[in-house]
Amino acid sequence: MSTIHQELKKRILVLDGAMGTMLQAYKFTEEDFRGERFKDFPVSLQGNNDLLSITQPQAIKDIHAKYFTAGADIIETNTFSGTTIAMADYQMEHLVYELNYQSAKIAKEVADEFTAKEPHKPRFVAGSIGPTNRTASMSPDVNDPGYRAVTFDELRIAYKQQTEALLDGGVDILLVETVFDTLNAKACLFAIEEVKDERNINVPIMLSGTITDASGRTLSGQTAEAFLISVSHIPLLSIGFNCALGANLLQPHLEAIANKTDFAISAHPNAGLPNAFGEYDETPEDTAEQIEEYFKKDLINIIGGCCGTTPEHISAIAEVAAKYQPRTVRSSAVEN
Amino acid sequence: MKEGKKYLKLSGLEPLILSEYTNFINVGERTNVAGSRKFLRLIKEEEFDEALAIARHQVEGGAQIIDINMDDGLIDGKEAMVRFLNLIAAEPDICRVPIMIDSSKWEIIEAGLQVVQGKCVVNSISLKEGEEKFIKEAILIKRYGAAVIIMAFDEVGQADNYQRRIEIAERSYRVLVDKVGFASEDIIFDLNIFPVATGMDEHRKNAVDFIEATRWVRENLPNASVSGGVSNVSFSFRGNNTVREAMHSVFLYYAIQAGMNMGIVNPAMLEIYDDIPKDLLVRIEDVILNRRDDATERLLDFAETVKGKKKENDTTALEWRNLPLQERITHALVKGIDAFIVADAEEARLAADKPIEVIEGNLMVGMNVVGDLFGAGKMFLPQVVKSARVMKKAVSYLNPFIEEEKGEEQKALGKILMATVKGDVHDIGKNIVSVVLGCNNYEIVDMGVMVAPEKIIETAKKENVDIIGLSGLITPSLDEMVYLAKEMERQDFSVPLLIGGATTSKAHTAVKIDPEYKNAVVHVNDASRAVTVVSDLLNKETSNAYVAKLKKDYDEFREKFLKRGKTKAYISIDKARNRKFKIDWNTTTIKKPNELGIQTFEQLSLKELLPYIDWRPFFISWDLHGKYPEILTDEVVGEQATNLYEDAQVILKEIIEKQLLKPKAIFGLFEANTINHDDISIQKKGKEIAVFRTLRQQLKKRDAKPSFALADFIAPKETQKNDYMGAFCVAIYGADELATKYKNAEDDYNAIMVQALADRFAEAFAEYLHHQVRTKHWGYASSENLSNEELITESYKGIRPAPGYPACPDHLEKETIWELLEVEKKIGVTLTESLAMWPAAAVSGYYFGNEEAKYFGLGKITDDQVRDFATRKDISLEKARKWLHPNIADA
Repeated sequence: MSTIHQELKKRILVLDGAMGTMLQAYKFTEEDFRGERFKDFPVSLQGNNDLLSITQPQAIKDIHAKYFTAGADIIETNTFSGTTIAMADYQMEHLVYELNYQSAKIAKEVADEFTAKEPHKPRFVAGSIGPTNRTASMSPDVNDPGYRAVTFDELRIAYKQQTEALLDGGVDILLVETVFDTLNAKACLFAIEEVKDERNINVPIMLSGTITDASGRTLSGQTAEAFLISVSHIPLLSIGFNCALGANLLQPHLEAIANKTDFAISAHPNAGLPNAFGEYDETPEDTAEQIEEYFKKDLINIIGGCCGTTPEHISAIAEVAAKYQPRTVRSSAVEN
Repeated sequence: MKEGKKYLKLSGLEPLILSEYTNFINVGERTNVAGSRKFLRLIKEEEFDEALAIARHQVEGGAQIIDINMDDGLIDGKEAMVRFLNLIAAEPDICRVPIMIDSSKWEIIEAGLQVVQGKCVVNSISLKEGEEKFIKEAILIKRYGAAVIIMAFDEVGQADNYQRRIEIAERSYRVLVDKVGFASEDIIFDLNIFPVATGMDEHRKNAVDFIEATRWVRENLPNASVSGGVSNVSFSFRGNNTVREAMHSVFLYYAIQAGMNMGIVNPAMLEIYDDIPKDLLVRIEDVILNRRDDATERLLDFAETVKGKKKENDTTALEWRNLPLQERITHALVKGIDAFIVADAEEARLAADKPIEVIEGNLMVGMNVVGDLFGAGKMFLPQVVKSARVMKKAVSYLNPFIEEEKGEEQKALGKILMATVKGDVHDIGKNIVSVVLGCNNYEIVDMGVMVAPEKIIETAKKENVDIIGLSGLITPSLDEMVYLAKEMERQDFSVPLLIGGATTSKAHTAVKIDPEYKNAVVHVNDASRAVTVVSDLLNKETSNAYVAKLKKDYDEFREKFLKRGKTKAYISIDKARNRKFKIDWNTTTIKKPNELGIQTFEQLSLKELLPYIDWRPFFISWDLHGKYPEILTDEVVGEQATNLYEDAQVILKEIIEKQLLKPKAIFGLFEANTINHDDISIQKKGKEIAVFRTLRQQLKKRDAKPSFALADFIAPKETQKNDYMGAFCVAIYGADELATKYKNAEDDYNAIMVQALADRFAEAFAEYLHHQVRTKHWGYASSENLSNEELITESYKGIRPAPGYPACPDHLEKETIWELLEVEKKIGVTLTESLAMWPAAAVSGYYFGNEEAKYFGLGKITDDQVRDFATRKDISLEKARKWLHPNIADA
């Protein structure tokens, strides 16, 4: 069977686009989010997108399929908020295992269908692990800078639970994404290492930070290179950036790390900046054109989209990606 | 597989990479309870602010890593470590460097590793308690993502000779690399620095053994680093800093040569190697390198002679803490030291009847000293911004007490509306004043730039402000201010009006604005004075008297100003034309431009503009005056100028690396001839496409001195010579966005810095472009080779006067340039209704290439030229008067 490592050497791999943007089109109501099972749940569930893997699995599968059809090699599970910490908002901490497991399972089913149809182009599932809604190295209280709303151990335990469920559900890769606080990411990597150790397995890890500030630093204040150094103790499949201010503005950060690491480089930017109504106007052609600059500069191994991107964007990106060679990865990290 | 050289890479907020190209890495040691009694006391007493100040001081002093140790029997080390590291994480100026987590207790180390986002160094683990524990800890350190210091210690004990050092180092290295899979570049050995010259024979080789073991490790254990605590070596000379400092320096000199690449060194305890007196140096080298049997005795003898010549630095530093309370508060404000201000404010609060008295009394006394020193030129703007920071800290400490007292929310001392007037986009000065006032507990309603008068009036009413402050840089803004004063009068306002900005003056304020408004109008042109003026205006008890005094002062000033001898005489425009500056058009050289037509520049790197930057105006924008680079070493302002310059370099580097600012330019070179004396006809293939109207000097001059107009530099049509001129506009995009970003992050200092730098870049770009035009596109000076200094002093051929400036103070001609070059369409620079350019960091003007062209000031003109100008330009006399207003001589 072909592994992600082998594919990565052959070509630029394409990651899927936004889940949230696609779900918006369904205009799911509170009742749709609840389904039959959570009819009487005590809090409002509208907006809990991860829950849709259980209550509206067909919609999720359809979206996965659209991205594969558009040319994605890797799709992300619908689990961005699948930790006890993030699910606390919906009082759904107890459902975290099931949410992740189901999301991974349905994603894997779709991937296997496509791989069976096109064996020359194997499809992969990356278990999406979001940053949670708390920061381990910053205080939410300006008057008490020493305070922390979450500890390393709390994060480690939550991430470990998510990781285990995703692996049980069959993901091929773990994607730690939208990292705004490096300490959160380190807790997550720590948890993944524990799981790898306990299960005696080796699962490829993609790590993706986000830089939303024109100062070129993460929310927790690190430069792109400092961020890279802080997470390079774990053999990663890839490192890169996602979300943020659109493809153009992401490029300098990719350039800042591309020559300084032996890991593969990934990027999945937003479709530009949202307009006043929170919608993304950037056309697939616009996004692809900006992303082509990455390829011209030999910066990329894995490319995809974040907020505002659609299957049309991914299709445009995949078309351009096919014209270029992947960035040369020197590392042995991708081999083992 | 043979691997290449790998470097130890660490990170705080920023990376730190140790390669063969990096110098010795200095680890700060003052945040160590075992090493600093002061730090221990502060941690015990939970004075974390002061403890943080020590950390900050070390980083500012050059520490590239800071070592933090909380191992003391009387403190909860784990809790103290976590708390202190969490606090450090909130201080970007400290946590930009990597952290060294220093403890002999694993639980403290692990607690520390869980709260630091960057890649730190663990100090330390060793084989002391066996391989099993060592491996277990190493696995966790690797998983937490840290580098590690390995002590040369094993089950038997501490390595105290060469052989033991290298044996333990090798064994530790093999276990880490082979069994744990630890990255070899993340291993650092502490090979035990022990004292020499103790009088005991077995200690004589302590330094030499360390140095040689270091050499062995660096040669035999690939990628590993060597560190150590340097002060140990001189332990037997405690109390004799002269000798100790020299010993540290000599020891490091040899250890670094052997490969020691990092270490804990107190920079204050280090003599410069070359400055060590020869006789002392020889004796110390004998000891360190163990070169003579009697080395210790000889050094001891010598040490007696230098004992007592102690250095003074340390003791004087905190002497001011013994002064009386008020003097301490004043000192803290003047020096911008915030470490003790809360304690002092508390002391003052306990002594006062009401907490508000501390602000109105103690703190204002201090701020008045700041204001006086600033006014007297003994303090400088960047310092004042720092003083304001200290003030803010004290006030925010006192606020809860004041609230408690009143049972209601503490109100700001006053609410001040700040705005740059309609049509004007310049706001550096306004921002500085806002920061300083804001820090002095005034609430600022900052309306930004280009604010229409009705907006100002509306907001002033809605927000019920106590003062309105107006700012402007270009001349049309003066009229806007007059208009606003009239409006305030008409709508029966009573709040004081503050006037500031580069183009304003006490004279203009007194003569034109003050008479329009019956209440207080004050011209305030520096930030520090703003505080005292505002406080006087708003002090209920004294404000009436103060306002009356102000009014009287402005009345008198106005009277004197209007009565001043009107000795200046003017000649008619016809006469002036007869005295025009004459170039001999038959002999002068006219070079036809290599490239006629319009071109744009958008792909220029900021880096190329660097050599063209004139730093002097940058310092002026911070009220520091002097020539660059001499200002950096100036006796009076040198220190401040240097600090400011260094801060600017940091931002500049970032701006350039990330291309945060974007330069754009457009210029055109055209056929041109002067027509009707003062107009310049711009032609394309002989067809007129635009006409520039220039203004002529009318001041009566002695003898044959000519009355200049810019038109004199272009060949008149009747000479039938083909002549040429150019026009240009350069602009720097992105400064506003970047400054806003800093402002939103409460960093006004850097926000102002960005604006000031953008202005410099715009000027530099204009200089750069002019150079390109002279040497290439026009090419009349293709062999020109001038130094930067010569460029700044404008010692080149040809001029580039800008509308709005002395040779052509009329802003209206900008419109002609805009039409001719299609400036807005091509590069996006727009003109406001007052004809200010947006973005604000922009320069536009004309190019004159004749070697006799020179800069001059128009001076005042009389009504006949104004009428003539209106007719030529086909505009109403009223419009002409409005725009030429500042240059029209009083009738």
